[in-house]
Amino acid sequence: MRFKDGHLLGLEYVDREDIDLILKTAASFREVLERPIKKVPTLQGKTVVNLFFENSTRTRISFELAEKRLSADSVNFSSSTSSVKKGETLLDTARNIEAMKIDMVVIRHQSPGAPNFLAENLDANIINAGDGAHEHPTQALLDMMTILEKHETIDGLRVAIIGDISHSRVALSNIHGLLKMGAKVTLCGPATLIPREIEKLGVDVCYHIDDVLSSVDVINVLRIQLERQEGGLFPSLREYHNYFGITKARLDKLAKPITIMHPGPINRGVEISSDVADSEHSLILNQVTNGVAIRMAVLYLLAGGENINA
Amino acid sequence: MLKKSRMTSGKFENIPKNMLFKNIHVVDNSQKLNGRKSVVLKNGKIEDILENPPDSFNGEIWEEEGLVLMPGLFDMHVHFREPGREDEETLETGSFTAANGGFTGVACMPNTEPAIDTQEVVSFICEETKEYLVDVYPVAAITKKREGKELAPIAEMVEAGAIAISDDGSPVMNAEIMRRALEYSKMFNIPILGHEEDSNLSKNRHMHEGYYSTKLGIQGIPSLSEEIMVARDIMLTEFTGGRFHVCHISSKGSVELVRQAKAKGLNVTCEVTPHHFTLTDEAVESYDTNTKMNPPLRSEEDRLGIIEGLKDGTIDVIATDHAPHSIEEKEAEYIYAPFGITGLETAVGLIISQLLNKKVLGLKDIYDRCVKMPREILNIEVPKIKSGELANLTLFNLKVNWIYKENFSFSKSQNTPFKEHTLSGKGVCVINNGKIFKSPSIQ
Repeated sequence: MRFKDGHLLGLEYVDREDIDLILKTAASFREVLERPIKKVPTLQGKTVVNLFFENSTRTRISFELAEKRLSADSVNFSSSTSSVKKGETLLDTARNIEAMKIDMVVIRHQSPGAPNFLAENLDANIINAGDGAHEHPTQALLDMMTILEKHETIDGLRVAIIGDISHSRVALSNIHGLLKMGAKVTLCGPATLIPREIEKLGVDVCYHIDDVLSSVDVINVLRIQLERQEGGLFPSLREYHNYFGITKARLDKLAKPITIMHPGPINRGVEISSDVADSEHSLILNQVTNGVAIRMAVLYLLAGGENINA
Repeated sequence: MLKKSRMTSGKFENIPKNMLFKNIHVVDNSQKLNGRKSVVLKNGKIEDILENPPDSFNGEIWEEEGLVLMPGLFDMHVHFREPGREDEETLETGSFTAANGGFTGVACMPNTEPAIDTQEVVSFICEETKEYLVDVYPVAAITKKREGKELAPIAEMVEAGAIAISDDGSPVMNAEIMRRALEYSKMFNIPILGHEEDSNLSKNRHMHEGYYSTKLGIQGIPSLSEEIMVARDIMLTEFTGGRFHVCHISSKGSVELVRQAKAKGLNVTCEVTPHHFTLTDEAVESYDTNTKMNPPLRSEEDRLGIIEGLKDGTIDVIATDHAPHSIEEKEAEYIYAPFGITGLETAVGLIISQLLNKKVLGLKDIYDRCVKMPREILNIEVPKIKSGELANLTLFNLKVNWIYKENFSFSKSQNTPFKEHTLSGKGVCVINNGKIFKSPSIQ
């Protein structure tokens, strides 16, 4: 278990017990976030580096806030281009930063496996904040935390992940996490955006959105990127919206309301229509709040924190 | 051209005047040899092949359990990076690496900088290597700069010593160019060594497409990208009557296509690398960039298809695709690391561990795949273990179990996934061109 090894590289490497512990710990931190003074001294003296090789405003801010709420010292390293292109290898960059005596590294990188690579080469605790189309474990954890606001348990819940599965780290982390917690997971999207042999992970695949919507409790709608259209993976955003977009008309046909999530940022009118995104069944903003709590929990537990509920 | 490095610590010694390989397993299918014999060398020539060793012998004697003597192994697919990337390998360090791995001959691929696409570069390689123990044969580019657009000066390069043509590293995407290359090369009876990849299906992709690419979030190269080109080039071979050899075959489907082409009587052959018959895409789970090569490690089903192809003779040759890369380039994120791994020094160990010991191939088959067929495909005379012949020999030990470590290697690069792997079987010494090279012993 990588989590117990001092890293959070992906939910593939974390067992159900650890996921439970993170979710419980996050619930406690969520309470802290509701207080007038939203700060605890838990990570005082610890230094966290946010190493972002890819633009990501919201994930970085969420981590930064989590670090500040825990009283850690945090520094940001952002580079939209790969360090390789500057002539310095990722390893050099990371070793340099580690030489400044830091405790934890939060890394966002285009290349799948970049956090695993750092974990093998550095002594610091590594937290994956998204590596290419591999994993984004804190996103999946916050998604599960959000589900638990509406549903008593994830066990037995039917969850659909909708959209570009092939290029999504959110999808893979959600698949691993949800399956470990006992959910039934269905993937839905254009056949060109569903990677081969993904059924082997234990999920179902369906290409028909209305069939999926009528048979699930929760949907997690992924962002569709225009560059996929340019890559020839589907004909147009309009066609995508018509065949896979989550609209009020589609939801109104259902026998009962379903829970709607989206990792953001949303493309209104593409994968989800505005009236749905802003509806009472949408938990999109709760996800954002829970994100800070989840990241606090992960930082706290990796720094050696005990189960604070115990 | 840059001045080449002389940093190697290897040594080709002159062959001792008298040598005796005493009571060891000798294999040469052309001489119907496959059993215990004693072989006497005198002045670099094979003097005698004896049922029983002489009672007394004045000279160097090799006698050890597990030793096998064969005509020198030949690797028809290596990258020696000279000219252009002498920091990664040179003709000289590459040759020591080959000798250390048990090879007495290699064909080096043209994706150098500049490419081997002119008579000058072909002559440079032939000239530089003429005194070496290891025979180094240049493979010339099919097209200028390996761009797949215009034919390179094939006749001139063949005249200078090129033994085949290939744009290895890149496919010839234009079927018209491939057709003309097959037609033109017929005049010299040389094969085209095809790098089979439809780059539209493989561009910006980094490993085999399948369960593991999905799980690892790495965009995958489908087996199809190879199979489509193998099918196309087999059809072009049939149409033109040319000679075509599939480099580093990696998928079960490609093996089946070659099997069908052979059944039709077409002049089609193929090679496989040791890593493709040993590893699968599961190895990429480590995100070790030394599992990244092109074609990529494929599925277990593909690997089993390759084993089947080796057994039934569809796969003619084992070749390493020895592709040295600097540590700076390989010590990178998976999607930024270059394709390719070294292979010369682990090949014999993998052939013995994975094929001989698992009863996929016998020693006679290993002779065919590593001694005879690569040379026959390239129109190079196959050395024999026969009295009166110049000695061109590989001695390897089947019974040595060893762990591959960097300090064993003579290569300038160490990009191998087999670091710290336990291998059975190891090259012991090679003899060729009046010289001998002894591999350092492993203890």
